[in-house]
Order: sequence, then structure tokens, then C-alpha cells
Amino acid sequence: MNIIAGRRALGAGMLGLAGLAAARPATAFVGPRPECLAPSAPGGGWDFTCRTVGRLMQELQVVDQPVQVSNMPGAVGAVAFANVTSRRAADHNLFVATSTVGLTQIAQRRYPGDIDRVRWLAMLGADTGVILVRADSRFKTLADFLGALKSDPGGIVTGGSSSLGGYDHLRLLLLAQKAGIPAADLKRFRWIHYDGGGPAVTQMLGGHVEVVSTDLAEIAGFVEAGQIRVLGAMAEARLAGAFADIPTAREQGYDVVGLNWRGFYTGGRVSDEHYNAMIAGLKRVYDSEGWKEAARRSGLQPVWRSGPEFERFVAGMVSELRGLSQEIGIIS
Amino acid sequence: MDTLFSLAHGFTVATQPVNLLVAFIGCFVGTVIGALPGIGPVNGIAILIPLAFSLDLSPVSALILLTSVYYGSMFGGRIASILLNIPGDSSAVVTCIDGFPMAKKGLAADALAISAISSFAGGTLATIGLTVLAPTLAMAAIHFGPREYFALYVMAIVIVGGIATGNPAKTLVAGLLGLAIGTVGIDPATGIPRFTFGAYELYEGIDFVIVAIGLFAISEFLVYIEQRRSGPVEQVPVGRRSTALRRLTYPATSLRAGLLGFVIGVLPGAGATLASFMGYALEKRVSDKDGTFGKGDPRGVAAPEAADNAAAGGSLVPMLTLGVPGSGTTAIMLGMLVTLNVQPGPLLFQQQPEIVWGLVAALYVSNVILLVLNIPLVGLFAKLLTVPPHYLMPGVVTVSFLGVYSVNQNSFDLLMMVGFGVFGYLLRKLGIPLVPVVLGIILGTPMEQSLRRAMAASGGDVWTLLESPLALALHAVTACMILVAIVREARRRHGEAAAARGA
Repeated sequence: MNIIAGRRALGAGMLGLAGLAAARPATAFVGPRPECLAPSAPGGGWDFTCRTVGRLMQELQVVDQPVQVSNMPGAVGAVAFANVTSRRAADHNLFVATSTVGLTQIAQRRYPGDIDRVRWLAMLGADTGVILVRADSRFKTLADFLGALKSDPGGIVTGGSSSLGGYDHLRLLLLAQKAGIPAADLKRFRWIHYDGGGPAVTQMLGGHVEVVSTDLAEIAGFVEAGQIRVLGAMAEARLAGAFADIPTAREQGYDVVGLNWRGFYTGGRVSDEHYNAMIAGLKRVYDSEGWKEAARRSGLQPVWRSGPEFERFVAGMVSELRGLSQEIGIIS
Repeated sequence: MDTLFSLAHGFTVATQPVNLLVAFIGCFVGTVIGALPGIGPVNGIAILIPLAFSLDLSPVSALILLTSVYYGSMFGGRIASILLNIPGDSSAVVTCIDGFPMAKKGLAADALAISAISSFAGGTLATIGLTVLAPTLAMAAIHFGPREYFALYVMAIVIVGGIATGNPAKTLVAGLLGLAIGTVGIDPATGIPRFTFGAYELYEGIDFVIVAIGLFAISEFLVYIEQRRSGPVEQVPVGRRSTALRRLTYPATSLRAGLLGFVIGVLPGAGATLASFMGYALEKRVSDKDGTFGKGDPRGVAAPEAADNAAAGGSLVPMLTLGVPGSGTTAIMLGMLVTLNVQPGPLLFQQQPEIVWGLVAALYVSNVILLVLNIPLVGLFAKLLTVPPHYLMPGVVTVSFLGVYSVNQNSFDLLMMVGFGVFGYLLRKLGIPLVPVVLGIILGTPMEQSLRRAMAASGGDVWTLLESPLALALHAVTACMILVAIVREARRRHGEAAAARGA
């Protein structure tokens, strides 16, 4: 850690000089010491979000000092959430990386507090949920799979990169709900948890699990290699580029959008002025070529929602996931 | 021939000055990181990733930097194990068993040299395996499903029982304690916290590093304080390193353990720690004719070191060919590869051969660099023991606190470490061995998870565990091992009884 701290200090010195030369924006994005809090260990997904956005803010001179990235791992983001809500609720220097994974935890009441304890800033990109089978599978479309699941709910082995009740599992259940499978049967699905999309797909290739629900980015290589078939993407519209011929769930008649988005929240007592300035700063990052490049590299689709629109989106997602979790008995 | 040609091309990439420099830096930093208790390869690589980005290295150079750190920390991990009885990382725990007794006998320099040489042998063996067999092996590994993994872990736990010397009942207690500690935290299958008592700090489970440093380093310190009260503590003698190469190289041991380690490394999820334990257990079974293992047998140092370095190489196979991490370290490397626009997966060998072969060639180079770097340093490291204990021990405790704090930057972890230190001290007083505790933690979680996965897939039908031929074969081998152990023990007792009657 010392290495980083030392390098940061050095960078801070150099960029401080550069910052003096640059014109100071009318409303500062954040206060004197901008900080991005990653609720994971270095190297995790939230850490990556913080480091990428922090770097771009500096390059685009959204901030006049380098953004310090600090890590506070623990309980899938709950430790960081507890810290922000209890000690740093009014700290306008601070923005915290989160994603669908964190929001699922809030929906299942595993954070100390609900979504109204913090202010939701914006989402900048999203990975797309996909339903996968082996290239030689008996299932050719979502209808094949969901039909089979409907007639024999306990007969198909499914899996993905989350635990029972995690987002990979829940979005499969959302699809099943749209296919008219009753709640009592949802509980009978066989679900195997894996540590990531890659391991899940490898196990699928070995025939240990038949259908996998996970994010596209991590397993894109297998799709390109032609070893697996994507039954449906849970996106709002068809994806761009190499994945344009993947049918969406929506066009197959199952209106489910399962995005694993990446975004930020800040403390609940940050003033409107600072809140808006932070959103404006994030928007400049989102609009930059640098973000598009970084998003493309890590398999994210650039998606922007901010302010009240983002807060409504978060609230809608929480109520949907909470309702479903209650129906299948994950929470009471 | 194709492979040789690609490899030759890889060497032209790996021997570019910038890549050589990067490999050298990586090896050096890795050795230091590995040697510091608490900071293992995972943290080391996470620390260096921002550096790789900010230096604007090409993907090949960045990958070479990270893998040489990985290999380097595998080399470095055993230094503290041998000198201080504190494992530098999880795969160096077994090295304590014979490494520390060797150091106590004044053979520290020998032990360090042996471990460096057998690490080199294991690493090179694995790199050759990676060169020749990678795609074939990766396809074989996918046949390992939950049932097969479960059978493998059951076998590992049985084998581990054979590692410990002394009272079998106490070994069993120690192993169960480890299994129990391993269940703390969020259950990966259901996402429900277990035994966390509402403390968020326990949700991620108890980090292995905290337990290991507490049990080994802090309890060692407590024992030292106790001994000091009853008189001056004897200084550990520092012998000179043997110059006879014969006494430092164990080719048969390295080959056996290296092959085993490589195969285990290839299986995603099993990793270097399991490999080092299995390597040690195998060697003990094959060579321990006179009961010298656990008392400073050099082969007990050579075997786990060859196995864990071979496993590090092996774990690159699923990472490069399938895009599946074989260990925590490769998981982080994988994330970095993706951000460098390298898509690991089935097409990597075809689409970006210069990266794959450049990396493979760099592995050969790093291994040589590490050997050359480590042998001269042996004397220097061994000098550490000339520091009088009343200076050395507080230093060790300081480094332990720093190391544990650096993992999560969380003071709760420090309290836990001290708690485990006191616990370890009590276990020592009760004569309960510490190594099986650590093993229970390491093996218990993946064993439980593979059992849960198998049960989830079968809908709760236990017989599924025996319905796969591969799993059945593994269980049969385990059963044979138990039988052999029972028969041996019975014969020994019979022999003793007969001797008693005769006398």
C-alpha cells in the first residue's frame, strides 16, 4: 500500500501544479480532496470503476486535484455504506462506486439502511445479462428453455456467478415470471453458484450445468469462439458491434431488462448544489472519448442515467427485486 | 514443430530489453512481497496494477511484470517460513514443517538454497508443461465438475491427516477447528451470513492471512516471552551454506512434486496451496523411511516448494486458454488483461499468439532470473537470524501488524490476529498441531462449496456423488489410502506387542 500512497503523493504534487495553471470551473466538482470510495479490495470491479473514472476526471480537468481512490471492502459494500451514512453523510468530497450487485443487497435489506439514506448520482455504463447454453444444446430460443422450465421446474440445472437470490439468479427468475411460471415453482429451480461467469461457462462446457445466467463481458470470448449460444440478452435494444445478432429477451416476448450497471452514490446530506455539480462532472466523464474507450474495453455499454431519473430507476429496481425476493422466500 | 517455432518467436519478444528489465523488477519486487508476512501474491499484484497502467506498458510487458511478481512471490514466500516459522503466504505454510526445524539446526542457508533450487525446478517443469500441453489440458480440466472436485478435496483432507506427526486425535481436533473457522462469513451458495454475530467485518469470512499470522507469528512471540521469563533464550546458530550441489538438489523429489503440483494447478480453483500440501504429503509417503519428516528433512522443503511453483505455472493454463482463473492471483491478472484489451479465452492462442508465447518465454526467463537473484541473497536472508531474538521478535510482530493491516486497512483484523495468536499459544500448550488448523480453513471452504454445488445440481440426491466414474475412482484411491494406513498401524502395533512379549 505504501507504494501507492507514495506514488499518489508524487502525482498529487505534479497535478497540483497543472491544476494551478488550468482555469478553475465556476462550481467546483467537489471540495479540496476529491475521493472515490471503492467498497471492494484493490482489483475488484468497484475498484476498477473508481480508478477509471478518477483517472478520466483528472485528464478532463473535471477536478483540479487527482482523485484519491480508497478501498473499504466488507460485506459486499455494506461496510462502506455504513461508514458513509453514519460518518460522512455531508461530505461532498466523496463519491462511492456501486452497481446492481450492491443494490440487490439493499433490496434484500443486507445494508444498514435503505436507498433513501444516500443520494444516487448517476450510472455511466452497464454490462448486459445473458442466458447461455452450449452450442449443441437442445434449447434454441428462450421459448424452448422457458417452456421446458415451465413443464418441469426442477428438471433443468441452471447456474451463474451469484449465490441463490443474487442478481444472476433473480434476473433468471424475472424471465421465468414473464413466462408465466408460478412463484411456487420458482423455488424449485436448481441453481448452482459459481465464483464468476468464466467458471460457470467452463462448467457448462463440461456438462455440469445446462443453462447459465450471467453478464456478457466476462464470457464474450466464448461467444466469439462459437462454443456457446446466447438464448437472449436482457438489454433494452440490440447490442452494437460483434453482438448485434444476439436476440434480446424483449423481442422474444419476455420484457425483462437485466443490466448490471456501474454508478455512484454520495452522502445523504450533500447539498443540492454540490450534488448537481458532481453529476455535471460525471456527465463530462461520460461524454468523453476516454470513457467510451474504457467502457468498450471492459465490455460495458455506455448508459447514462442521473439525478431524479436515476433515483427513480434505483427505486424501481429495488422494489422489483425486493418483491421477487419475498416471493421466493429469500427475505421475509 | 509449430510450438517450437512459436516459442522461439516468444523468446524474441521476451528478450527485448524493456521486457527483460520488467521481468527483473517483477522478480525482485515479488521476492520481497512474498517474504513479507501478510502480503502475498494477490496483494502484490493488486498493488502493482496501477503501476503497470501508469507506465503505459504494452499488454505483453504488463503481463510479464505481473507474472514475474507472481512467480517471485512464490519464491519469496518461503523465506519467512524457514527463518521465522511464519508463512509468507498460504502456499508456504507447509514449508514451515521442515524448513523451520532445518533453520533451528543451523541449516537455514541450506534450506533457503534448496527451496530456491526446487522452486526453479518446479517452475520450469510447469512452464514446459504449459508450452507443450496447455490447450489439451484445459479441455481435460472441464471434465472436473462439482462431484469430482468434492472427491479431490476429500482425498486432500485424508492425505493431510498423514502430514501431521503425533497424536491422531489432536490432529483431528485441529483439522475440525480449521473447518469450523472456515465456515464464518457469507455463505457463497445462499448469500446468508453465518457465524458473523452481526459484525460486518466477519461477512467476508476470516482472511486466511490473519489466522496464519496470528497462529504462527503471534503465538511464537508469546512462547518467546514465556521462555525468556525462565532464562535466556538460545540464539539460533547460522551455518554456512553447503557448497556441495548434491546436498542442495533433490531431482527425484522436485520431479514428483512438480508434476503433481502442475496437474493440481491446472484444475481451476485448486491452486498452489493445495498443491504444496499434496506435494509434501506425497513426498512423505514415498521417502519418509526413517521418520525424519517434520524434523528438518531437506526433502520436506524441496517437495512443497517445487509443487507450489509448478502449480503457479499450471494455474496459468486455465487462465490463458479458458479465461478462467485458477487462483485468486490469476483472477486479478485476468481482470487486468481484460482492461488491456486482451480477451482471455478459447481464442487467445489464435488471436494474440505474440502475447501468449511472449509470456511463456518470459516465464522461462523469470525462472532463471529468480534463481540467479535468490542464490546470492540466501546468505543475506540467513543473516537475519544473527539478530538477537530480543530485537528480532518485536520486529517480526511489527511486520505482522503491518502485513495484516495492509490486507483490508481495518483495525478489527488486528484484534482478530491477536486473538488467534492467543488461541495458537493455547493450542501449542495443549500439544495440538497448528498446521492442520490452517489446512482445515484452506480446504474446508472449497470442499463445502463443491458439495453444495453437487447437491444443488442433483436436487439433494446424495448418491450423485458416486455416479461419476472419475469421482468414483478418486474416492476409491482415498479409501485405499485409509485402508493402507489402518493395516500399517495394525501391523506396527502387532509388531510392538510381539516385541513386548519377546522381551
